[in-house]
Amino acid sequence: MARIDLDLAHSYQANPQQDEDYALLPMKMSFADGGAYALLGPSGCGKTTMLNIMSGLLAPSRGSVEFDGRNVTQLSPQQRNIAQVFQFPVIYDTMTVADNLAFPLRNRKMPGDQIRKRVAEIAEMLELSGQLDQRAANLAADAKQKISLGRGLVRHDVSAVLFDEPLTVIDPHLKWQLRRKLKQIHLELKLTLIYVTHDQVEALTFADQVMVMTRGRSVQVGSAEELFERPQHTFVGNFIGSPGMNFLPARVHERALLVAEHRLGLSRDLALPEGELKLGIRPEYVALSAADDPTALPVKVTQALDIGTHVLLTGQCGDLAIKARLRPDQEIPRCGDRVWLGVLGSHTCFYKNEELLPC
Amino acid sequence: MLSSKPVNQKAWWLVLPVVICVAFSAVLPLMTVVNYSLQDIFSPERRVFVGTEWFALVMRDDELHAALWRQLGFSLAVLTVEIPLGIMLALAMPAKGWKASAVLVMVALSLLIPWNVVGTIWQIYGRADIGLLGAMLQKMGFDYSYTGNATHAWLTVLSMDVWHWTPLVALLCFAGLRSIPAAYYQAARIDGASKFAIFRYIQLPKMRGVLMIAVLLRFMDSFMIYTEPFVLTGGGPGNSTTFLSQYLTQKAVGQFDLGPAAAFSLIYFLIILLLCFILYNWMQRVGTTDKEGAGHE
Repeated sequence: MARIDLDLAHSYQANPQQDEDYALLPMKMSFADGGAYALLGPSGCGKTTMLNIMSGLLAPSRGSVEFDGRNVTQLSPQQRNIAQVFQFPVIYDTMTVADNLAFPLRNRKMPGDQIRKRVAEIAEMLELSGQLDQRAANLAADAKQKISLGRGLVRHDVSAVLFDEPLTVIDPHLKWQLRRKLKQIHLELKLTLIYVTHDQVEALTFADQVMVMTRGRSVQVGSAEELFERPQHTFVGNFIGSPGMNFLPARVHERALLVAEHRLGLSRDLALPEGELKLGIRPEYVALSAADDPTALPVKVTQALDIGTHVLLTGQCGDLAIKARLRPDQEIPRCGDRVWLGVLGSHTCFYKNEELLPC
Repeated sequence: MLSSKPVNQKAWWLVLPVVICVAFSAVLPLMTVVNYSLQDIFSPERRVFVGTEWFALVMRDDELHAALWRQLGFSLAVLTVEIPLGIMLALAMPAKGWKASAVLVMVALSLLIPWNVVGTIWQIYGRADIGLLGAMLQKMGFDYSYTGNATHAWLTVLSMDVWHWTPLVALLCFAGLRSIPAAYYQAARIDGASKFAIFRYIQLPKMRGVLMIAVLLRFMDSFMIYTEPFVLTGGGPGNSTTFLSQYLTQKAVGQFDLGPAAAFSLIYFLIILLLCFILYNWMQRVGTTDKEGAGHE
């Protein structure tokens, strides 16, 4: 168990010149002891690179990694005492489940009776007890992934457990079970868990703190609620939520907001700089409004998708498309109808240069 | 309307080339051999059906027994040297970059040399008067002579085979090693596995498939070895390097005993088939089945 502090940058090239050459741009990040974190971002954003740097599989080209204030940048994964679970289950084919679990302990020359005891405990926890004598190669993907996880947990003094998209090859109905298992283990063992994924549902349900990454940098670290309510960057707004946040180009002019040639009234306590900016609002907070409401835009409905729990409405206002999630218990406009959608409210965010404006 | 499916026999034309190829390359020659093995043929007009007589004759042939044991010993020696050596070579080869390409080409060179040339190379290489190896051993005080000493001849043939064919094993193992995903090595580093543990529990199991091919190929080839010892030692001194193929050729071409030679060819074929079958099944089973009595403890 350990607190992990990163202050580093990494490039796979020898002489990085510009930002594009970096897999990870210079960043500082701290992972608290016993926390459950998720690194969320699209493929190629640097999540796995960051994970491999923490585990010691990769040395950062610049900066340092500290565990509990101790500089471990040059230490091997074994010396850091870290556990890592990979995207595809890694098991030792020729060994039984029990031997697989015992492998890290045998490599540390732990006495046999202690190994047996520890393996039994971990197998119990992961519900693998019945399969201990089976050959690991013959098991299903989810059991194999549990073994990979078990090999990490079997060392009781492990500093942190790192997951690199561990549920990719697992069937959807088992994903929930395994994720719940991970949660439970986190609560029981109070380990620092860091979980890499490109699936927002996975990240948000698993972690207390989610770090959203894009193009080698971290754009926001926060709880699920923070990421949803106040995205610090338009990327977060787009990436989190389904569908993502509506972003409408707007212009502030004489205490009014111009969106697609339409004037919206701004309340007095909103201090927005004059000029171009972007208005961001979650489809969840877009509501049908009365005509000529000063906080609403007139749109022509181009699509109304009933997806069971709600209706996904797309409206066109000039060149702008606005998406709204409406509860199905109200009267839903049809395609071609002209309605007003309210976009200004307490949940509305404003962005300049893709960054959130404080207001 | 007879049937909803139109009957079309054209597909037979597509099978025909294969049937012709297999017939001319395998079935007809084999039937010729069977034909010879059951008759005593003096000329096309004068032949006598002898039944299993030739088979009985070759089964009681002491020289043939000796050749068979010599052959088994040789094949066993080839496998015990070439397989571990090939694995070691593959492990030592660089994984990528221009070095890997360069080493691959160098390792593969000996595979490109025709069999009889290999025999000739070693014949000269081993000569006590002018050969690099032979002369050097002489200078070092060994009375080395592959033409005079049976053990030396046997070892020379073995070395020649190792030199010629270990690269094949190495190339196959190299391919097997390269196909192991990086995550296995990373997991091993995280589990704190030693170099030996990585080899024993990751590399070796993952190479099982290619090793099986390597063992079968090397076994079959070495069991049928003919050209190189024919060029190098001609089967001598005495009969010390007369392996099965040479013995067979002596019988068929040298003494023109076509009947016994044909009978023995068939037995030879069955021996190879049987041994390959046993080897293959044994290697299939090793490392894939659960331990005996698992779950009963």
